[in-house]
Order: sequence, then C-alpha cells, then structure tokens
Amino acid sequence: MSRNDWEVVIGLEVHAQLNTASKIFSGASTAFGSEPNRQASAVDIALPGVLPVLNRGAVERAIRFGLAIDAQVAPKSVFARKNYFYPDLPKGYQISQFELPVVSGGTITIRVGEGDKAYEKTVNLTRAHLEEDAGKSLHEDFHGMSGIDLNRAGTPLLEIVSEPDMRSSAEAVAYARALHALVRWIEICDGNMQEGSFRCDANVSVRRPGGPLGTRREIKNLNSFRFLQQAIDFEVQWQIERLEDGGTIQQATVLFDPDTGETRVMRTKEDAHDYRYFPDPDLMPLVIVPEWIDRVREQLPELPAAMKARFIDDYGLSAYDATTLTASREVATYYQAAVDAAGQAQAKTCANWVMGDLAARLNKAELDVTASPVSPTQLAGLVTRIADNTISNAIGKKVFDALWNGEGDSADDIIEAQGLKQVTDSGAIEAMIDEVLAANQKSVDEFRAGKEKAFNALVGQVMKASRGKANPAQVNEILRRKLGG
Amino acid sequence: MSLSLEDVRKISSLARLDLSESDAEATRSKLNGILELVEQMQAIDTSGVEPMSHPQDVAQRLRDDAVTETDRRDDFQRVAPQTEAGLYLVPKVIE
Amino acid sequence: MINASLTELRAALDAGQTSSVELANLFLDRIDRLDGTLNSFITVDRARALDAARAADARIATGSAGPLTGIPIAHKDVFCTQGVLTTCGSRMLSNFVSPYDAHVVELLGRAGAVMLGKTNMDEFAMGSSNENSHFGAVRNPWNTDRIPGGSSGGSAAAVAARLVPAATGTDTGGSVRQPAALTGVTGIKPTYGVVSRYGMIAYASSFDQAGVFAASAEDCALMLSAIAGFDPRDSTSLERPAEDYSLALQQSAAEPARPLAGLRIGLPEEFFGDGLAADVRAAVEAAIEEYRRLGATTVAVKLPNAKLAIPAYYVLAPAEASSNLSRFDGVRYGHRAAEYGDLDDMYRKSRAEGFGAEVKRRILVGTYVLSHGYYDAYYLQAQKLRRLIAEDFRAAFTQCDVIAGPTSPTTAWAIGAKTDDPVQMYLSDIYTIAVNLAGLPGLSHPAGFGDGGLPVGLQLIGNYFDESRLLGTAHRYQQATDWHLRRPAIAA
Repeated sequence: MSRNDWEVVIGLEVHAQLNTASKIFSGASTAFGSEPNRQASAVDIALPGVLPVLNRGAVERAIRFGLAIDAQVAPKSVFARKNYFYPDLPKGYQISQFELPVVSGGTITIRVGEGDKAYEKTVNLTRAHLEEDAGKSLHEDFHGMSGIDLNRAGTPLLEIVSEPDMRSSAEAVAYARALHALVRWIEICDGNMQEGSFRCDANVSVRRPGGPLGTRREIKNLNSFRFLQQAIDFEVQWQIERLEDGGTIQQATVLFDPDTGETRVMRTKEDAHDYRYFPDPDLMPLVIVPEWIDRVREQLPELPAAMKARFIDDYGLSAYDATTLTASREVATYYQAAVDAAGQAQAKTCANWVMGDLAARLNKAELDVTASPVSPTQLAGLVTRIADNTISNAIGKKVFDALWNGEGDSADDIIEAQGLKQVTDSGAIEAMIDEVLAANQKSVDEFRAGKEKAFNALVGQVMKASRGKANPAQVNEILRRKLGG
Repeated sequence: MSLSLEDVRKISSLARLDLSESDAEATRSKLNGILELVEQMQAIDTSGVEPMSHPQDVAQRLRDDAVTETDRRDDFQRVAPQTEAGLYLVPKVIE
Repeated sequence: MINASLTELRAALDAGQTSSVELANLFLDRIDRLDGTLNSFITVDRARALDAARAADARIATGSAGPLTGIPIAHKDVFCTQGVLTTCGSRMLSNFVSPYDAHVVELLGRAGAVMLGKTNMDEFAMGSSNENSHFGAVRNPWNTDRIPGGSSGGSAAAVAARLVPAATGTDTGGSVRQPAALTGVTGIKPTYGVVSRYGMIAYASSFDQAGVFAASAEDCALMLSAIAGFDPRDSTSLERPAEDYSLALQQSAAEPARPLAGLRIGLPEEFFGDGLAADVRAAVEAAIEEYRRLGATTVAVKLPNAKLAIPAYYVLAPAEASSNLSRFDGVRYGHRAAEYGDLDDMYRKSRAEGFGAEVKRRILVGTYVLSHGYYDAYYLQAQKLRRLIAEDFRAAFTQCDVIAGPTSPTTAWAIGAKTDDPVQMYLSDIYTIAVNLAGLPGLSHPAGFGDGGLPVGLQLIGNYFDESRLLGTAHRYQQATDWHLRRPAIAA
C-alpha cells in the first residue's frame, strides 16, 4: 500500500478577526498589543449583570463577505451560547451562531500548482458566522500558575467554514491564500497572521477513493500557510500509517508543534461533545433587511474573480498573469492604475513590468507594492516611451532603475536629463555602423562566410557605440543592407 | 426519565460542581423529583408550534462601531482573587 | 412619617417639615432596632446614605428636587451598586464590591433617592421563601416564624415593616408579586423589556424583570416611573417613550361612585381551582366583589395551558441560569476555594463552595436539559409551551382588560416547611409564573387577611405595556379600601 491508495479529505475553518474599531459586544478597543487587560471592559471580563450589544460594523463586514463569495446573507440569524469552561472564556460561554448563521453557501475559486500542472478548482463554503474571540492564556510561569489576558476577548470573528472539498495540502493552502487575499481585498480583516488576525483550523481525514469519509481530526490554530501545509502533511502521513498498521482514527482535536513538525492531541477539549448550544436570551435575532444588503453591495470594490476575468477578456492577459495580478488588492490596484495611465494597448507590457522588474525589485527590497518608489503613473510613463520608440526596452530598464532611485520625477525627465532618447536619425546610425564595420573586419568576414552569429556581434558593437540609444530595428536594417544582405 | 447516579456525576462534571459521594444520592433524588414535575410537558402535542425564545418579537438593535470604554483594569482587578502584572492568575493551563 | 406615603414624604420635604437626613436617620434607626429580628438587609451603609441625604437636602433647597429626591429606598442585592457590597444572596459574591452601578441604581440615584442599603434575597433570585440566602432566612413582619416569600423577600419585608418606604426587586417567576402578597405590600413587575436589566445580576435572562415594592399603587407608580425606560446597554430593553405612571392615577373618574365603570376583569377558572387555600379564596373573592362595586364587570376567561407554566419554567429558567452562572468560576471575582489541585479542581471546588443547594440544583437541571440528546424533548418543548401560554393570554385579553386572581395559593408558610421539598416550593408560584413566560406586566396588592392574620394578595395581570392600567385599577381599589394601610404590629 502506498500513499496513492488513499484519498485525502480536508475542510478548513478559518477565524478571521474583523477589523472593527470596537469589540463585537462592547465598546472596548480592539487594537492589538496594549498592556494586559487594559482593553478588557466590564462586558469583556463578564462582570455580573453586564449585557452584550451587537456592533453594526461587525455585521456589515459579514454582509460584505457573504456578497463577495456569492452566498446567501440570512434575513434573520440567531446568536447562540456555546457553553464550556476555560479561563480565557470569561462568561463560561462563547456567543456564536449555531443553527442560523449570518452567511450560508458561496464559493471561492482557487488556482493550484504552477506551470503546466496548474489547475483551477472551485471550493464550496458551508457557512460563515459571527462570534466573539476568546482571551489569551499566557503560560509563562507565575509561581506555577498561568496568566489570563482578556484584551482579545470579544474581538469580532467571522468563522468561515468550507466544505471538505480539498484533496491535498496544496489545495488547502491555495484556498487559505485565496480566502486571505479576499478578506483583505474587501477590507474586513487585516490578515495579519503573526498577530492572529487570520487563523486556520484544518479538518483532515483519509479514505479509500470512493469509500465512505474517514474519521477526521481537527488541527487547531495554524497561523501561517507554511504550518498549515506542514501540519496537514504530517497528519495525513500519520493517519495513513496508522490505518495501514491496522489501527483506527479517533475523532480528536490536535495541536501542531512547529518545532517538531508533529501534531498531538489537545488535553483541554474533554467537553467538546457537549457545548449545550441554545439561543442567547440576551440578544434578539439579527435582522438584515434587503436595503442594507443593497447598500453594502454598492460599496463593494470590484472583486478579484471579476477583475481577473476582465484582465483576460479585455486586456488579453493569460490566466496565469491575471491570477498573479489579482492575488492581492494592492497589486491589482497598482496594475490597474498603470494600465489606466498607459492605455489599454499597453496592458500586456504593464503586466510584464509589474510581474517582472517591479516585483523583483520590491521583493529584493522587502517592500509592499503600496510602498513602491516607482508609482503606477511613473511606470506607465516609462511603458509609453518604450511603446513610442523614444527609448528601447534595454534603456527602459535603465530608466526604471533611475525612477526607483529617485533620480527624476518621470521617465521623460530622466530620458531628457540623461540623454537616453533613442537615436532614430538614419544618417547618424549609418555613420556609427560605418565606424564599427571598419573596426571589425574579422566579424564582417565571418558573417560573409555564413556565420549568422557574427551579425549579432556587430549589432552589439553598434549598440555599444550608441550607448544603447540607437534604434535596434533601424540598426538591424541598415547593417544588413550595408553588408549586402 | 430518571437520572442514575452516574448521570448526576456526569452533569455535575459538565457544570463544574464538585459533588461529594455523600451528597450524590440526595441530589439525584431531588433532581428526579424536579424532572418528574417537568415530565408533564411531554403530554402536550406541540407539533407546528414555533418555539418562543423572547417575550417580545423585536430585532436585535445595533451599536455604532465606536470605542466608548476606557481602561478600568485597576478597578476591575481590585475584586479579583489573584492577579499579577495585570493578569488574572489561574492554576496552570495545559492545552 | 414612618407610615407616610411617598407623596406625603415629598410634601413634607418640600415644605421643610423634615429633611432627607432626618428621614434617613429615622429609617436607619428602625433598621438598627428591628432588622436583627427580620434580617431583611444584607448591607446597611449609614455613612453613604447620610451623604446622599445631605446631597438631596441641598438639591431640595435649590428647588430642583424631583419626586423621589430625598426619599429613602433600598435595593435588592441583585442590583450592582458601585463601591457597595453586591452579594446576590450568595457566598459566591460575599466579597464582591461592584465596580459599577446597575441602570436601575443609576436612575434612582440620579432622581435623588437615598439608598439605605441592600436587601436580603434568595441566592441568585432562586427561591420562593427567602430561605435560600447565604445570609440567612428573612422573617415575615406579620409573623416572624413565617417566611416573607421570595426571592425579593428582603425588600418586601423591609417595606412591610416600614424599615424603608419603598424598595426595588426583581421578578423572574413571581419574585416581586409573591413576596408582596405574603407581606401585605404592593408590588409591580412591568412588561419584560420596560426596565433595563443592565447591572441586574442575571438568573434567567428572558424572564428577569425589575420591579418595585411600596405600600400603595400610587407609591409604586412613582418608583416605576423613575426606573422604566429605554437603555441602549440592554439589547432586550424596548425603545419606547418614557412614561409617567402617576398620570393615570391622577385622572378623575367620569362616575366618582363607580370609578372603574367600563373595566372588564377576566377571572381565569384555572386560578380558582383545587390547591387554592380557602382563606385566600375568600379574601380574593371579597376583593373582586369590591371591584364590582367600583363599577368593574367580571368575565370568565380560560388559560388552558397555564398549568404547564411551572414545568416549562423549570426547564427554561434553569437552562438559562446554568449558562448565566458559568461566569462565577473563581477567576476574575467572587469566591475561590482555598485549596485545590488543577484548574478543573479549582472550578469545581470554588463553585461547589460558592453556590448553595438550590442554585446548584437549578444549574444541574439546566445543564441536563440542554445537554446532548435532551434539548428537543425539554428545552424546545418548553419553548413551544411558552408560546402556547402567551397565546392563551392573548386570547383572554380579547375578552377583558385585566386579569385578576390570587397571587399565591396560600398565605405565608412556616419557616422550614418546604425547604426539603423543592417541588412543593416551586408549586407556590403557580399563579405568577405564566405571566413571566408571556412577559406580561403583573401587580399584587393587599386584599385582606387569611387565617392567623396573615396577608393575602390579589394579582392583576395586564396586557403588554398596560402598567398604567394596572396601577390605576389598584389605585381605585386602594382609594376605596384600607388593606394597604394596615401595618404589622412590629411596625407600630
């Protein structure tokens, strides 16, 4: 038996912290990083007698998400209490949604793999519901005790649950990345995974192809795409080995240890089978009227899927390029601005620049595209000058470097100041060619003897003599004529 | 429906209420008395009746997303059993 | 002054015949003298009361006094009071000094009422006799071997013994009306959602509603007007314009001899069946006769599902309670066991030590009915019955304006008589609980005496938001009768 005899089944539950100013049920700040318990209000620490009041901003973000994945936004949804004891859960229950979530259904299309092996897949979502985050247990030693910080308690979460549609860790990661890009795209979550703003739980099981679903184990709190991949790979291998050794899988909640690369069963979830959900009597049903949904829809930016289709249809980009350019809202916005300034005819060239030189420079400098020293307008100016033969592509790279280094405000400024304008005067080019031919008799002889490579060497010499400014097409043409071709 | 001692222990554990062996039987008998009273409900056919969670049929009111709370940690922690460095202390949490 | 109505006290304060400080001292001295026997207060804060009284006097002197400025009151210890011990009658909170005020406390404070202290209650408002208090049973001022009713027994007893002219309470299944009846005072629980629950320590959130105690409907109207109204901090608080409940009382009747002419009183046959004590029946029927004399007509109505109110309530209220009381875990406030092993052991021991027997029973019942496999049979079935009961009332109110009957099937029983039998205790709320399931307003007023000179209460149930009608109806009755002016010997 080998790994190929098993089918991997993965569903993801993602907890996205919504980027509201205040908490979901209290007026405390959600800002990250304050001193312990300084942002834990009476409601957040669950003083006796306090009551929750729902934040409109959290609901609005849930609606945005529902619309972005083409899901049903429930006209009426209900908050329920999920009861369990844990020190980071001050009320002894989490306010969540159970039977009637705010968002149901929806899909996200992902692109998995690279090159020829790349394929697209549509992942179905089960639901997305609003709930409150818990606090944090700090395990540093306080005389053998743990410390509880409730600053995070009550931060709004959108729990986004997928169907078990993924068949590999690569698909799971592609889905998680697409979801991550989407929540940032529609500006409902800052996506900061180090700070825990976007956390993944993976439900993993294996089965014989076509057979019934296997028993799943849930890997909790994966806060990077790398850990998600590693944890799933380890878990899959572990489950297969166990089953092949004749063992069985028990349903369990497990934690991934990045240091060892292994998963282990969590100890604190004994009551997981009995959360005693019931409608929270402190909260009334959440009613979302169609007019509200319409308003939110009007305010939605163009979504990545629509933008990608437009880039393919209108701009003639490849699926790969369109996917890459819409992988994040920032890159897409940059690219769109460049095309708008350069004109649609330059869309393909703009794409090459954004994904090529610009991406490489940003990557090397560890800069986000929003912090790019070269603005979309500047890039468009550069592309325009290449297109109208003012400069060659090779000089274009020089101009790009100059823009990056702040040597001028625009491509035109730099071309002017540094005298980079392409030489298109035939007389001048002819003079340069004559000089080169005179000085390179050996190459001329070789060419005439049939060595085509010698021609390229001569072109190179001419370009060098012109310091790259001669129009390459003209150089080619005149040189060939002069050599009697 | 009648609870066994084992049921009572299980519920007590779920509710995090320590139950001494000596109290278990008395608790069981009182709980069974209450459940017997409650059992009268089962005689009624309620098919088609919508469950009622709230006395008033109104929609949840929404709060504007604004920070309105200020730091009151010191006031709140004055009544806490054990704190240090602004944290509530509890017996070691093992995940 | 001790027996004066709030209106009389107001007049005396405004006329300078007495001062708020003088009134506070007068009632505080009575508490000192009598409460050793009654045990109606958990906390009395003389210094704080006198500070508030002095502030009230200053306000009266500037002529900006409101109806309650300078009037001594007491709060049931279920309401959070900033800087003052707030125990909820429990060992769990026996050291809890609240860092904030409940909405009700804030409003009465702002009105200038002077809080003398916090009254005793059944632990976490669970009980019908006030014997479930960590701070000891409260005694009925009419017979100190008897219970005062519960769970707001401390407030009821304190008002009955004139240790304070008015007090707040809460009513989840009858906890204002039943003790009002058993101690011979007037008490009202408004429509669910009329008074904010913010800062009121929750027992069963979809039932809990604050109410008030005073000698008369007129006094209750003044108190209720001060605490009712929308509060954005409670999602179940209803957005309605504030109401002055005293206004309806001041309207003059078209027919002075028959001031209740046109009022239709519904009499549910289910409230007059077996189990109603003969002495209570006699007093209630006499009171209804009085209502007829005042011009009201009576009509028989049916509440066929009312008999299911107790079973449904004892599923739903414990279910909510089991969850509401999970926050008492010894981590952020409240009792933590002195000795424990691991985290779970700390939870189990702190909670087992901090809660009394009845509270633990309800937590266990609630945990059970919500647990896996039982939810539909218990919780959901009870919620459906809740709707049927609410529908019964809706149908009845097409035939009548108010519903009347006994508040409690018996007068106050002997301390200890039912402590060993929770089910018998639960059945004593048979006439009050349905009102909470429906969320309707209810009032109890004195209607004479039963055997042994113990008070009998008559309950008036109104349609949603009909508090003014309830108070107005009781007020007409009290203008024509003097039961509400009778005082126990201890109050003399």
